[in-house]
Amino acid sequence: MRAIENEFVRRFVVPAVASTALYWILVSIAYRNDYYMYVLTMCAINVIGATSLNLINGFTGQFSLGHAGFMAVGAYVAGSLTKFGHWPFVGALLAGMAGAAVAGFLVGLPTLRLRGDYLAIATLGFGEIIRMLIINSDKLGLKFLEGPRGVPGIKRYSTFGWAFFFAVVTVWILANYIWSTHGRACGAVKEDEVAAEAMGVGTTTYKVMSFTIGASFAGLAGGLHAHLLQLLHPASYDFLKSCDFLVMIVVGGMGNLTGSVLGALFVTLITEALRKLLELRMLAYAVGLICVMLFRPEGLFGTREFSLGALRFLAPRRPVSQVGGDKSGAT
Amino acid sequence: MKLNRRLVTFLVIALALSLIAGCATPQQPAQKEEPKKEEPKKEEPKEIVIGVITPITGDVATFGESTRNAVLLLAEQWNAKGGLLGKKIVVKVEDDRNQPQDSAAAAQKLITQDKVVGIVGSVASKCTLAAAPIAQENKIPLISGTSTNEKVTQVGDYIFRACFIDPFQGAVMARFAFNNLKAKTAACLFDVTNDYPKGLAEEFKKEFEKLGGKVVEYQTYNYGDQDFKPQLTKIKTKNPDVLFLSDYYNTVGLIAKQARELGIKSVFLGGDGWDSPDLVKIGGKAVEGGYFSNHYSPESTAPEAVEFLKAYKAKYNKDPDALAALGYDAALLLFDAIKRAGSTEGAKIRDALAATKDFKAVSGTITFDANRNPIKDAAIITIKDGQQKLFTMVKP
Repeated sequence: MRAIENEFVRRFVVPAVASTALYWILVSIAYRNDYYMYVLTMCAINVIGATSLNLINGFTGQFSLGHAGFMAVGAYVAGSLTKFGHWPFVGALLAGMAGAAVAGFLVGLPTLRLRGDYLAIATLGFGEIIRMLIINSDKLGLKFLEGPRGVPGIKRYSTFGWAFFFAVVTVWILANYIWSTHGRACGAVKEDEVAAEAMGVGTTTYKVMSFTIGASFAGLAGGLHAHLLQLLHPASYDFLKSCDFLVMIVVGGMGNLTGSVLGALFVTLITEALRKLLELRMLAYAVGLICVMLFRPEGLFGTREFSLGALRFLAPRRPVSQVGGDKSGAT
Repeated sequence: MKLNRRLVTFLVIALALSLIAGCATPQQPAQKEEPKKEEPKKEEPKEIVIGVITPITGDVATFGESTRNAVLLLAEQWNAKGGLLGKKIVVKVEDDRNQPQDSAAAAQKLITQDKVVGIVGSVASKCTLAAAPIAQENKIPLISGTSTNEKVTQVGDYIFRACFIDPFQGAVMARFAFNNLKAKTAACLFDVTNDYPKGLAEEFKKEFEKLGGKVVEYQTYNYGDQDFKPQLTKIKTKNPDVLFLSDYYNTVGLIAKQARELGIKSVFLGGDGWDSPDLVKIGGKAVEGGYFSNHYSPESTAPEAVEFLKAYKAKYNKDPDALAALGYDAALLLFDAIKRAGSTEGAKIRDALAATKDFKAVSGTITFDANRNPIKDAAIITIKDGQQKLFTMVKP
């Protein structure tokens, strides 16, 4: 048992072993079935999107509706770099992350002075602005982005392996951030901004920090998404996409990392599983969501993190900010 | 029990490497197995499975409904006649909500789970663009009834379509306006955020100016706009002979109404987006006397079209729209190709499909060009007494 107590082992070895094992289990389940692989890849990408949105919405308490906008930035940067610049895949993904982070920083700086509904509207507006810029890109001198026609012919680099790897890295980085000093400061911002300010927490700094990190991972998800879909199209990153992520984190539990991972899996798998119902598919999906909200208003996982045995890396320590976690669910 | 740090580091690196190695591998063997998988298929199945990807929910659900109805009707007709290659045709329908991501998942599912030999769909170009690479990789022919974006068939040599492409419609309407209506000046008003109306308007302007006409106003709006008076007021001052409205029926109806209210007297022109009974419901008297190009007219006297109209009406108790006709044609082209290929092998169906020549389909006589786009006539339809009337047929 003492091995687990070892900081180094707990931080690096346990997550690496656990995720590698999980990876091989999943691969053996989906072995030689491209469809299962596709759905699993989609799950992994949605996990990245949902957890990163949860950092902004759940852990820092800033209600953002512009996640698809950052995803679009990441997708278009990474996609055009591999297609036109012949960049290596990982390099392009990192560039997409950087692009989304810059966008997140620029948007976050002015808008994060707003609160609640106002911020939601501002980020929603930002998402639409990004989409409009892409749609009009051919008029703005970026002819190769083809405006509303979309760019087909992106190579399919997003294998399940890559998507899974990046999902694990994302969850790992976010978990470490959330339960670091900075993460606790973010939690304080969420609970009470005035009190946090009084205690010497620079609220704007932490809001912008969370927002930028969240945006960069959304960009990563976007880059992976573009290389899975093999298509850059503004319609893939509309307002509904932002809502999808919001649904995932609300279903899983706001301010809960395990919850958003499971929420992402739940939403992705259920929409695929309900394919047979055709017309009734979206109806069944909506009924499912309503049931979740009626019977588990705090989300599937509420504020409890999954922290047993080998997967202990998800919750190295109890977060301070979890006491009033249900508050954000009501926003 | 102190752990050796170096040993642990080594273990972590080894594990990370195995994970990274895993990243690249699983996809490739899965794809290389593909041809192998098809071999036992040849003798086994007693049915031929055809996939349909179409938006049954979402913002264009009625389009999906028509496409699905048409393909199911065709399969029923062929099965009654003894099926295809002596086997029963089974149609698997998948919904894509008009979202590219869902179309891709649907295509992957149809190919992997249902083992389809060909796919019909999807409706919107953005969706077909997402489904096409998957069909192409797996060497499964895909034919869309209605995706008019030029790029769709450029994805690969397994991708076909049964409709003409955007530039064609714009050019047809420009020629029609200049030659038949003797128009000298024109104005365009279109949704700049959507490739379909935009593509049509661009091509209309190009062709109309090439013919010697003048485009006096070139105005845009955004998706979802309801008030077009600012743009229309500008257009009114120029008093163009024709006003080209390349959007879908719901928006066109609104624009037409507002334009007439402002006293614009121009003739309204449009593309196949006008094709809906709702156009007259929304636009009322304002769309009277307008012309639009379409793939198909229910008044067509070709025996294939008459028969289709009768069968569709008998089964679904309503007139088929152009989407139904094109969905039917897409499936018909695919079935015919499978029949001529005498095989359900992707490559053979593809070759047969590409060799389609002077094929009598519902929407006209179809020959595929080198880019797998059909060469066929366009119908010019006018609105008269609130009804669609076939005005003339135009050669490509």
